[in-house]
Amino acid sequence: MASSCVQQLCRRSTSHLRSKTSCVTLLYSTHVQNHVAGVRTADKTNAGGDLIIHGNHSIFHTSQRRQQVGVCYYSGYNASPLLPTEHRDTKELTDALSQIKDAQHLTETNARLDTDEAVYPSASEEITDKDASHTMVPSTLPSESSSLRDYVDESETLSKLVQLGVKLWKLEQRPNVGTMLLKLDFQTDVVPRLLFLKEMGVEDSGLAYILSDNPFILKEDLENLHARVNYLKSQKFSPETVASMVTRAPYLLNFSVKRLDNRLAFYQQQLGLNSSKTRGIVARLPRLLSGSLEPVKETLRVCKIELGFKENEIQHMVMLVPKLLTSNKRKLTQIFDYLHNTMKVQHHLIVKFPQVFNSRLLRIKERHLFLDYLGTAQYDSDQPNYISLDRLASLPDEAFCTEVASATLEDFIMFQKTM
Amino acid sequence: AGLGGLEGLFCVYKPPGVHWKLVRDRIETCILEGVNGTPSLAPRVGLLGPGGGRTDLTLTAGSLPPGVRLLGPVRGPEFRRIKVGVGHRLDASSSGVLVIGVGRGNKPLNDLYQMCCTRDYTLEGEFGFATDNFSRTGRIVERSTYDHVTQDKLEKVLAMLQQANQKALLIHSNVDMRSQEAYEMAVTGELGPQGKSPPILTGLRVTGFQPPFFTLELQCLNETQRYLRKVVHEIGLELRSTASCTAVRRTRDGPFTVDQALTRGQWTAAQVALTIQHYNNSKRQSRPLPAPAAL
Repeated sequence: MASSCVQQLCRRSTSHLRSKTSCVTLLYSTHVQNHVAGVRTADKTNAGGDLIIHGNHSIFHTSQRRQQVGVCYYSGYNASPLLPTEHRDTKELTDALSQIKDAQHLTETNARLDTDEAVYPSASEEITDKDASHTMVPSTLPSESSSLRDYVDESETLSKLVQLGVKLWKLEQRPNVGTMLLKLDFQTDVVPRLLFLKEMGVEDSGLAYILSDNPFILKEDLENLHARVNYLKSQKFSPETVASMVTRAPYLLNFSVKRLDNRLAFYQQQLGLNSSKTRGIVARLPRLLSGSLEPVKETLRVCKIELGFKENEIQHMVMLVPKLLTSNKRKLTQIFDYLHNTMKVQHHLIVKFPQVFNSRLLRIKERHLFLDYLGTAQYDSDQPNYISLDRLASLPDEAFCTEVASATLEDFIMFQKTM
Repeated sequence: AGLGGLEGLFCVYKPPGVHWKLVRDRIETCILEGVNGTPSLAPRVGLLGPGGGRTDLTLTAGSLPPGVRLLGPVRGPEFRRIKVGVGHRLDASSSGVLVIGVGRGNKPLNDLYQMCCTRDYTLEGEFGFATDNFSRTGRIVERSTYDHVTQDKLEKVLAMLQQANQKALLIHSNVDMRSQEAYEMAVTGELGPQGKSPPILTGLRVTGFQPPFFTLELQCLNETQRYLRKVVHEIGLELRSTASCTAVRRTRDGPFTVDQALTRGQWTAAQVALTIQHYNNSKRQSRPLPAPAAL
């Protein structure tokens, strides 16, 4: 906190200094600060990391030009956010002030040593109207900000990304992403990769989704990207499938060929399926390839050992609902426990309808108890009035009440309140 | 633009097995979904790829409007968090009425706490075993028979409990029992502890008795759900048997009853606004009208 006060006061003091070096050191400071440069939101957005966004090359050039005219870069800075912090800790300020005096002394000595500098006119000198019209007006672009809003007007990359529909407000909350986006050059960095994605067959809406989720794809080497896509095509994924996989799992192309290969082999080996079926599963749920593998192993172990499903039963369930592999271990065991022990549903029926594992345990409980209360809870397929598990779990409330339970929604709500 | 009609108090039905904080988070998410709506997008551009030998990217739309920093992708949703507060809490295995306050409605929540209003509970108990946390999820500590337990024995025990609680009520009301003030308060029904006191049951009766299961209905002040389970446990002990509590359900919290409570399927911004409006109207109706000016 003290050092941040120091930094703020340092910036104030540079308006009195003429040396380039001090401005440079402050421009590249990496200390994290907490500015909200005058933008209105309903609530303070203090989530995640507050970040420093350094100006890109063009901004630095303009600041240098401005220095030559003798107006400090920081004079146009919006000073109002500084005031509350200053008034808050006066004790730290007095300590900071003594530090500032030392810093000033140092930088002044630097100024005196630097003899190559041009002589700047003093800020209090009178200038003619003609000169005034020629001087550069410094823009209010801050060198550090916690939001990309201040740079969107100036930066070509950012404005083009906004036009595509990339969610900048989400990206700026992640640490270092904003800095990275500002440093990119639109023509040399962004355009080739966007073209590459377009060639692959990704739609425009898909582009926005990919970039909002994985902006680091703009930093990947183009040859690597081509190599990875070619690898996937060599594994007999069709081009449309590859495009849809990349759209739905944006981090897919950040993985090296070797890693992708290992992961495909892992799924083939763990599930014991042939290559075309594995391809089918991965194409339907591409985040299996870009996510972590340990939870998948854990889930498969749970299904085999705790829940007692056989190998071919697990294969059948995963082919129907690949999402099972990434589901929570605890949720699986709880739902299975309720289905098997309380509702007395046999294994073979659960295998037929693995989508019950997608729904919430509470929903299954409420509906089962309602059917139990009405006396129509029959889950054995051999008996009359059989109710299949997918209709129990997946139908919306209205449809469930009218079709399955033959009751009104109000009755169901009243019953829920007696649980 | 504030939250408008969404600011106020309403109650939801907390299902059993869910922590109250998850309920609060879910309601906040639902309200945010309803309130944020669709973001204002930039004019959609299409990218023309390298067709016809061109290798540069062309954007088919024109330049961005000057207010680009106000667009949806830059500014983000208008509301990112909403102040949603919870009234008297319910522990994870209990269910029932949970009062929720949104935005400016959180201020009356404080008043609700201080109001010292009673709460209605329905307890379901089972004879035959006693556990260490007084409910079915605990480790069984003792088993016993319950054939000797009849309904009038149970009612005798409840009467005894009520007597003890009535005494406690009078003691903690901090009023001298022989004063006129105490009489007037008792007449209007205001006699009771103002502020902190140990849990007191103001009303207790049996609503169902099918051994080993029984159901109690009670009104109480300053209680916790664990205390209520302990009450069931003690009833079992008094009857020379053992009992534990299988369900605790709150049916009323102050003026909020279970009929007005919203269930899980009804937690949307529109429903919440309706309920708050309904509650505000009923509050306005029940407020006594000011006396007409004397002529």
